[in-house]
Amino acid sequence: MESTLMKTKALMLTTAAALVAGPALAGSHMASEMTIVSWGGAYSKSQLNAYHNPYSEMTGTTIINDDSSAEAVAKLRAMNEAGNVTWDVVDVVAADAIRLCDEGLALEIDPDTQLAAAPDGTSAADDFGDLLVSDCFIPQIVYSTTFGYRTDMVGDTPPTSVCAVFDTDAYPGKRSLEKRPINNMEWALMCDGVAKENVYDVLETSEGQDRALAKLDTIKDDVIWWSAGADTPQLLADGEVVMGSTYNGRLFSVIEEQNQPVAMLWDAQVFDLDGWIIPTGLSPEREARALDYIMFATDTQRLADQAKYISYGPARMSSAPLVGMHAELGIDMAPHMPTDPNNAANTLLYNYEFWADYRDDIDAKFQAWLAQ
Amino acid sequence: MSTIRGTGPGTADAPSPDDALHEAAALSDRDVPPPHGAPSDGPMLAADGTPLKKSLARALRLQKTRALMLIAPLLIFVLISFIVPIGQMLWRSVENDIVAQTLPHTVQELAGWDSAANELPPEPVFEAMYFDMFIAAEAKSHTKLGTRLNYEQTGMSSLFRQSGRKLDDLGKDYQKAFKAIDGDWSKGEAWFELMSGAADAPRAADVAAAQARNVATLIDTPIAARDGFAPSQEIADLLPLTARAYTAMAMFMQFEDGDDPAGEKPWETLYPALLRDLETADVSAYAGPRAGMLQTLAAARGDIEQISFTDAFAEIDEDWVVAEPWRTIQTHARNVTPGYFLNAVDMRLTPDGAAAQPEDKQILIRLFQRTLVMSLVIMGSCILLGYPIAYLLANLPMRTANILLILVLLPFWTSLLVRTSAWKVMLQQQGVINDTLVWLGLVADESRLVMINNQFGTIVAMTHILLPFMILPMYSVMQTIPPSYVRAAKSLGATNWTAFWRVYFPQSVPGIGAGSILVFILAIGYYITPEIVGGTKGVFISNRIAYHISSSLNWGLAAALGTILLAVVLLLYWCYDKIVGIDNVKLG
Repeated sequence: MESTLMKTKALMLTTAAALVAGPALAGSHMASEMTIVSWGGAYSKSQLNAYHNPYSEMTGTTIINDDSSAEAVAKLRAMNEAGNVTWDVVDVVAADAIRLCDEGLALEIDPDTQLAAAPDGTSAADDFGDLLVSDCFIPQIVYSTTFGYRTDMVGDTPPTSVCAVFDTDAYPGKRSLEKRPINNMEWALMCDGVAKENVYDVLETSEGQDRALAKLDTIKDDVIWWSAGADTPQLLADGEVVMGSTYNGRLFSVIEEQNQPVAMLWDAQVFDLDGWIIPTGLSPEREARALDYIMFATDTQRLADQAKYISYGPARMSSAPLVGMHAELGIDMAPHMPTDPNNAANTLLYNYEFWADYRDDIDAKFQAWLAQ
Repeated sequence: MSTIRGTGPGTADAPSPDDALHEAAALSDRDVPPPHGAPSDGPMLAADGTPLKKSLARALRLQKTRALMLIAPLLIFVLISFIVPIGQMLWRSVENDIVAQTLPHTVQELAGWDSAANELPPEPVFEAMYFDMFIAAEAKSHTKLGTRLNYEQTGMSSLFRQSGRKLDDLGKDYQKAFKAIDGDWSKGEAWFELMSGAADAPRAADVAAAQARNVATLIDTPIAARDGFAPSQEIADLLPLTARAYTAMAMFMQFEDGDDPAGEKPWETLYPALLRDLETADVSAYAGPRAGMLQTLAAARGDIEQISFTDAFAEIDEDWVVAEPWRTIQTHARNVTPGYFLNAVDMRLTPDGAAAQPEDKQILIRLFQRTLVMSLVIMGSCILLGYPIAYLLANLPMRTANILLILVLLPFWTSLLVRTSAWKVMLQQQGVINDTLVWLGLVADESRLVMINNQFGTIVAMTHILLPFMILPMYSVMQTIPPSYVRAAKSLGATNWTAFWRVYFPQSVPGIGAGSILVFILAIGYYITPEIVGGTKGVFISNRIAYHISSSLNWGLAAALGTILLAVVLLLYWCYDKIVGIDNVKLG
């Protein structure tokens, strides 16, 4: 009975995975091919220029891009259950990397032996420092979620504090916020008078969550909620909103590449990490090649190279001094990095531990509040 | 056509192979004289002498098999790509064996604990938890369990993750103390000799079998107990806990890592296990290999600190010494759980049975209601908009009708995402419609209409997207309505309206029915359009399902929500069949 059940289950899972991973299955894995999963768009382009092309030239490996990072966790789980993992290296945000590591779906990495040391000999573990937030995660960039505002819609006093978002008298008009509790709850509490270092202690309690929602309630009618990173730049460009949160790289392209009347409000930007994981369940040779790629793509020079194409900060300390000019615009990239001292006067770091625990709980409350 | 038509069962208008069979059956029942020369009292025979009934059945069977073979590819495809995944989804919504598989001994021990008494579970529970959790951490499945339990109690995820890391510390202290007594205690070889006993000693097959089962589920590979390590029966009787812990470790090393346990560093669990065993065991009479080492240890036991797993867990995390996490584990230990379905209707499973979720977390029932109501509204607006168009299409000359039909189909051929985004451009406050209204002076610049990111936006966009599904069935039904009926009605003195309402409309109802079912069922499962234009008040239950599939990874809850949605659709379909009758639906 049990074995029949298990067989049926295996069959079911194969089917499910085949459906979920259909497109990925089509590309069979030849000896010199590897599938790298990332976010697509300008971000994948920066990786193509900084990592993929040099690596292909060096080793002759053909790299197949798959823009599935947004659904990476669910797809990897399905592939793993079906016993057929078709991805070699996957780009995910740190929170997803922690989930994947927790589920046993990502390979644990030893930074000292499996990652390149800095040119001056500093070990990878020290070079990445606190950014190694999970055993399975190799950080690549530091990005931030921050606000941009229309310079032509804020009058003579452009906002300098994140609390301008909650001040509809001084800055009338719609704002765009992400349709999830993460970051919004923190900003709400900070603007409700909670000190930055106490935010998570307060948010842990049911009263604290209610307090944050009550603060958000004061601007609820003025908010357009976004779920894709491209929404806020579009809304800003259309003049639909006076200010809105999104990833700093998206705002950079609105401001510098599209020359829209938009400016950055770096105050209370929330740092987050994006990086690589290697799925578990790869054949030994594929795993070895994935590790070889990771070793190459996360060394000091490669991380600095990526910043030429997109305004995200390299995750290694040793890469920071190597960040130069934008490859096409020819402007100095350093002032556009979230980690630049002028921008990083007041910052938050995404609290992975807290949100891994409280995400579902607070999300249910947040969604119930949104639906009211 | 049969000569005895109407007497046998199941005679239809057209002849079918079955008719012959029924005839044969009817004939043999009714004792009619057979047509050709067989004895009148026996069964009717075919030309080759076999009974006619049998030979017919054989011929039919052959035919049916051939028919089945012809549809087999489709049948298998449907089965594998449709029925099986749905079955899997149904199963996932109740499946919950992860708790009992990851913490088998703990679940057993916890069964006897009275969670209502507001006391901590007894020491044996903590002891079982230590050994279960240690091997689960080695297999890296404790975090998976933490994720599962975090759906029920916030904080379990990090409790399990952090405890898994700190679990080694407990054993390390005892390892040092053991090593101080005899250096061999930190050697894999010495442990192996001790646990194996003499080469010809009888083996404890039951211990091996039990651990093989546990380890196999943890590492997800089948294990044959006879291929793995088995402790000697004498040791298993003398030191039961140690034998259990060692066997689990040995099998894990053998089958997960492919190592020989004798050559590997022993796990830290062995030291607390042996210490616990020595509290009751009398080893003075033991004479197997390494008996001396064991007896020296037993004698020096007093120097080593007494072991308390409860205190050890208190040190790992204060949260272990409150009743709450244990209550959660106990409540969710069953292999088949109604918990996901309760969650799907804004309730939860507690030690005292089902209870309502806190009010500020109740959202799913509301979303189900909203999904149904808005799907009905969308269906209604599709009928109102689609009917005149279908009527026009059906009553215009062919040439003009074809051009119009292309106009209906054109958006059908455009990507769903493009159409939805186009509505965004149209409806937003700085969008085409608002700009036009402001330009015409109908709306003041500062009070532009809010038409998107709300229910209105969802209804408009989805009505547009689903309209072809309403128009096409209506059109094909209307095409078959002969215009002479309406002309006849008019010639008999009916007004235009009466002729339409009493003669034309009733004949077009099957088209409305077909279109309504199509649109409603499609609408109820819509996801991407509400996500893009729905804002907060225009999202559907499918958006929540998507969240649980791809973000929270709570596939059980997603499956339960999906199952409920499926059940609602089937129920509505059944109601429709009862009220309207599914035979009255025509797609063309």
